[in-house]
Amino acid sequence: MGRLKLFLPLGLFVVLTLFLARGLQLDPKELPSALIDKPFPEFSLPALADGRQLSRADVIGQPSLFNVWATWCISCRVEHPWLQQLADAGVPIIGVNYKDESDAAREWLVQLGDPYRHNIVDAEGTLGLDLGVYGAPETYLVDSNGVIRYRHVGVIDDRIWAERLEPLFRELD
Amino acid sequence: MRLLLLLTLLIWASPGLAVIETYEFDSTDLEERYFDLTAELRCPKCQNQNIADSNAPIAADLRKQLHTQLHAGKSDAEIADYMVQRYGEFVLYRPRWSGKTALLWLAPALLLIAALAILVAVLRRSGTSTQQLEQADRAELQDLLNVPRGTGERNSRD
Repeated sequence: MGRLKLFLPLGLFVVLTLFLARGLQLDPKELPSALIDKPFPEFSLPALADGRQLSRADVIGQPSLFNVWATWCISCRVEHPWLQQLADAGVPIIGVNYKDESDAAREWLVQLGDPYRHNIVDAEGTLGLDLGVYGAPETYLVDSNGVIRYRHVGVIDDRIWAERLEPLFRELD
Repeated sequence: MRLLLLLTLLIWASPGLAVIETYEFDSTDLEERYFDLTAELRCPKCQNQNIADSNAPIAADLRKQLHTQLHAGKSDAEIADYMVQRYGEFVLYRPRWSGKTALLWLAPALLLIAALAILVAVLRRSGTSTQQLEQADRAELQDLLNVPRGTGERNSRD
């Protein structure tokens, strides 16, 4: 018994190490979305192209990506070519132009190309708030019933698409 | 010296710049609730700040939303629900009681109980060992006392 006690510090050390090692593998910035498996929120906001009112029913119906973007967002510029590539491959992408100036946004699409089927102007960030957006870019995978299935915070590149989004998207398609 | 004074004053000035917008309140009660809630809601973007301290755009949006909802007559619980529905339990600095958070809430009490238990055990053990020592001492003393006179050189310890 007395001899076993000598191993107590070693045991504590091992337990502590396991906890700390697990802590190192967790990303504290990865914030799970509260809207996974919840319906995409209702909204009534103008379209970027012509200003007519868009609502939830106009953009829901097939598995699509909802991409939150803005011209002030530098990562969005990095992400843009990847989105264009996906759009060219036939993936429906709907833009949420988040807290942006519409003129600048239209200019951006003319210069860089337009991968979006629709673009929702969310100038006040109200749709963003209902979606739980806390920065741009963010991308939501929404199924044909309008249920949010996945949220990715940050740039979507070929690796993220292939590893995380594509399998889910194929499953829905 | 003057430069040092200026720099010191600058340090003092930074908290004043942290929050840019000002809101007007219908009553001091609403104002108090506003400050309490901004202190307890966590900014989703800049993770270790509350929305009162953060100047991230999202924190400003949440403050605005909070102000609107307070004036719409929403209760603190309703506002917390609204935030949790969008940003998850993460936004509450004071997590709610649930199966997931039970351990978190009970941990201080459990640790205190464990500490007290260890303390009691240690005290009790040291108590018995002194008693044993006293008994040993007493026996030795008895030995010494029993030694006949004239043979005092000898004692029980050899």
